[in-house]
Amino acid sequence: MSTQGARLPLPRRAPTRHSVHGPSALGNDLQRFWSLTFTLARTEFKLRFYGSVLGYVWTLVRPLLLFSVLWVFFTKIGHVNDGKKPGEKYYGAQLLGSIVLFTFFVEATTGAVRSVVDRENLVRKIHFPRLVIPLSVVLLALFNLAMNMIVVLIFALGAGVTPMLSWLELPLIIGALVLFSTGVAMLLSALFVHFRDIQPIWEVIQQILFYASPVIISIQTVIAKVSATELHIYMLNPLAVIFQQFRHAMITNATPSAGTVLGSWAALGGALAIVVAIFIIGFTVFNRAAARIAENL
Amino acid sequence: MPEATAPMGPAAISVENVSKTFRLPHQQYSTLKERALHPFRSTEYDELHAVTDISLEIAQGEFFGIVGRNGSGKSTLLKCLAGIYGVDTGRISIAGRLSPFIELGVGFNMDLTARDNVVINAIMLGISRKQARSRFDDVVAFAELEEFVDLKLKNYSSGMLVRLAFATAIQVDAEILLIDEVLAVGDAAFQQKCFEEFFRLKRESKTIVFVSHDMYSVERFCNRAMLMERGDMVQIGDPREIGRAYHKLNFGHLPHDAPAAELAGSGTAIADAWFEGPDGARVTSSSQEDSLSMCFEVRFGENLEDPVFAATLRTELGHTIVVARTDQHGGSSGSFKAGETVIARFAIPNWLTPSRYLLTPSVAREGTGENALALVEDMASVVVHGSSVSGGILELPVDVRIEKT
Repeated sequence: MSTQGARLPLPRRAPTRHSVHGPSALGNDLQRFWSLTFTLARTEFKLRFYGSVLGYVWTLVRPLLLFSVLWVFFTKIGHVNDGKKPGEKYYGAQLLGSIVLFTFFVEATTGAVRSVVDRENLVRKIHFPRLVIPLSVVLLALFNLAMNMIVVLIFALGAGVTPMLSWLELPLIIGALVLFSTGVAMLLSALFVHFRDIQPIWEVIQQILFYASPVIISIQTVIAKVSATELHIYMLNPLAVIFQQFRHAMITNATPSAGTVLGSWAALGGALAIVVAIFIIGFTVFNRAAARIAENL
Repeated sequence: MPEATAPMGPAAISVENVSKTFRLPHQQYSTLKERALHPFRSTEYDELHAVTDISLEIAQGEFFGIVGRNGSGKSTLLKCLAGIYGVDTGRISIAGRLSPFIELGVGFNMDLTARDNVVINAIMLGISRKQARSRFDDVVAFAELEEFVDLKLKNYSSGMLVRLAFATAIQVDAEILLIDEVLAVGDAAFQQKCFEEFFRLKRESKTIVFVSHDMYSVERFCNRAMLMERGDMVQIGDPREIGRAYHKLNFGHLPHDAPAAELAGSGTAIADAWFEGPDGARVTSSSQEDSLSMCFEVRFGENLEDPVFAATLRTELGHTIVVARTDQHGGSSGSFKAGETVIARFAIPNWLTPSRYLLTPSVAREGTGENALALVEDMASVVVHGSSVSGGILELPVDVRIEKT
């Protein structure tokens, strides 16, 4: 047969004996783990990108449309933000930045909810580390975030934002967002295997988080309207801290940093603890479910 | 054909007292709401003992078959071996790298091209992107799909899909392959190619565990086989015996009683069957140009007038190619007395495509030929070789004429 000649000869080595364990979240081959995660994310990305001529445009349309509606409504009609307060400088760029970050959070978490169940055929037929699936969803959302960030950058520069040293904070801010989203993604995808009402429940929570973060309403408006305790509760929301710090570091220093809002950086410990806790809980729940996901589907 | 019935070398897979039980909740999916309202209500479930206390060893280089009816636990056992299901009790250990796939084309995406899918599939099966790319040409050449590599899979026929999936799967150099029901599709020529590939793997002393309903391929490839029923191992041993036990289990009787060549106490039996070459010598292989005779010896148990002798030639896949019968042309086969032995010869021109063929001889009472006295399925085999391979089953002499109108 023609193909036989082309095949590389197999190295003859004594095979090592090892026990077969059931499926796990991480597996024991990090190289394979990463390559699988990347491959799954890349495949999905390719499908969206090349699926239609407007593939990428469509992924942009949603955040941009939401942005346009909110911008027109809140600056031209509602006059909630008229750009008069110092913190509302470049309100459009701040709004767009928050929307793009929130879009990432939604894609990573809502996309992860059904991910394991939807990839049933893989889970039931191939032995691979189960965590690959929700992580590939987060990675796909990250690809989109990277591209949407270019739009934010162009918009910000067009609005008159000048490059700042604080842009160096961005990897850290986005890193925190990715960590939080990953924790939620692991938790939701594992829970969904058993509890099918997770999806509507999560959609409601996600709506609440949208309004409980500085997206439409700038932080100054919040500070002006609520008590100190209420502000502390507001800033327990990791998304609030991340979005506010992003607006401060990326768009304008005229809006206070997350630390300044509460008076000290230490006060952000609560939000940080929530991010870490969600991540640990998410991983633990997923890890425990991983061994039996294939048979519980 | 199975050469050995006992394990040949060191164990590649060893299974010790493995059990696997599934919990089947009465309600498939509970909701978080229910759980919150009734936190202490225990969910009711049935237990399904899919695999019960199975122990076995599969030697390195062995081709091992697992057969059983639907729900007998054979696929569950395979998934335990693959690590897709964790076992409840017992231990499984393997020597060497295990290919993680148990079904062909898992994860194929219909909206992507063959090129993308092959690379993705190969990565899932455990090789790196770089290796996957470098083997791509081999895969496509084997699948004979060179012209279609940039076609989306949704435009592929099911046969093309299987070819691509099989070609991808065998490029993964695992020492142990677990395969679940794969050879059901594809055209005859490609199936033949897959079989050859299986024999190559066998020669390279890869260990293959093969789950199937198709007793024919199990008997053909496997050194040993195991029959499962309701999670238990019923029998383990020679694939032919396992095949017989399987048919007994399935139909309560055998489709053919191989050694006992007579049917229903007719007393008439087929003692032997063979192929003969043009010079009248027995052959096990034949060239395409030579003539070929299908022969068998019948011993009559009663006096018979004008019985029907028939020789059926089938491919390994069970496709019937030739049925030659003595009553076809209206002639009489003669009269025979009890105790008489005759040899029937059916000479045919060898227009067969290179492959292996099997002869099923039979004798029936006069009439329709349905009333069989003796029949032995696949009693003799012949390998046809030659250079004429058109892709069809027969290489008939063709008179071609192209005329301008």
